[in-house]
Amino acid sequence: MFDPRAESTRVLVVLPALNEARSVGSVVRDVRGRYPHYDVLVVDDGSIDHTAREAAEAGAMVCELPFNLGVGGAMRTAYKFAERNGYQVVVQVDADGQHDPSYIEKLVDGLADSDLVIGARFAGVGEYRAAFLRRLAMRLLATVLSRLARRPLTDVTSGFRAAGPRCIELFALHYPAEYLGDTVESLVIALRTGCSVDQLPVEMRVRSHGNPSQSPFKAALYLVRAVAALGLALVRQWPVPEQEADLPESQGAAS
Amino acid sequence: MRANFILGIVGSITTLVLLFELLRRKHLREKYAILWVVVAVMTLLVAAFPQVIYWASDLIGVAVPANLLFFVASMVLLGISVHHSYELGRLEDRSRTLAEEVALLRLRIEHGEQRSDAFDDPGRD
Repeated sequence: MFDPRAESTRVLVVLPALNEARSVGSVVRDVRGRYPHYDVLVVDDGSIDHTAREAAEAGAMVCELPFNLGVGGAMRTAYKFAERNGYQVVVQVDADGQHDPSYIEKLVDGLADSDLVIGARFAGVGEYRAAFLRRLAMRLLATVLSRLARRPLTDVTSGFRAAGPRCIELFALHYPAEYLGDTVESLVIALRTGCSVDQLPVEMRVRSHGNPSQSPFKAALYLVRAVAALGLALVRQWPVPEQEADLPESQGAAS
Repeated sequence: MRANFILGIVGSITTLVLLFELLRRKHLREKYAILWVVVAVMTLLVAAFPQVIYWASDLIGVAVPANLLFFVASMVLLGISVHHSYELGRLEDRSRTLAEEVALLRLRIEHGEQRSDAFDDPGRD
């Protein structure tokens, strides 16, 4: 496979940001301080605050979307950028500071064995209390995706992940834009086109601000949308780029 | 019978005139106009020769001919709505792709001024 530790490997750390002016600057500085050899791209998803300015002042490249596209749209933009500018690795990190940048290197190293590595919250530790229906939805997603991946995936909605060259090419073309598409459907796309997906345990920080919604109605809605997103993802078709089909990867293609 | 006849004729002719006017002013694309023209012409035919409806409902076995008319009309409207949703989704996809390209081009212009070597190289092909 490919060697993420090689000198020539170019890594792009992507922070999709929507109105994160308060935290984006410190996250960018943290990443750049730890990994001076990585490039940092902030995709400003139509923010109405000073997200773009804060990110640029912290030294990131800033890509400003003209209007809000959601995390999926922001990430597809980032994957297109990565593909066109010759990056081999894309690491997605939340701009709100809940992902600890010290784990980035571990995720990148994990790409030696897999095409996509998810930073999963520890089982139990650091996991926020969730409503019953929401937990049910997450368990359902985890079960189906683990079966598809043929290895345990516990936290499939994590937005902390590293993608290798094969996934970059795939996601530049097919990154889904709908709700839950950026997490769940993108995993299904990767798995169904023969990419390997694995997870590494990471510890989440407490969010600098904001809380995940907890109302039972929203939890029920989440369950319905999760099932719909997963079901659709399982029956949709994604044409893989031409040259992939010719590669002699018998075990990867057969699924 | 008389009222049905007049309403049908007036309605369909009004629709045809409106469509022609919209097309003449280039407010309507031909591909959508054709659909409505077909609907208007069919309404005109049914209004002028109501026997068609009686004959068709006899053939299929619908007891009340008006029900056949309502059923066909609502199905046509449903089809058109679904088609519009489809077109809307396609347009949304395209504007999304354009937004992404605009953002990437803007990034390239802004950074191209600072360090052109890294960004002028598209990587592959």
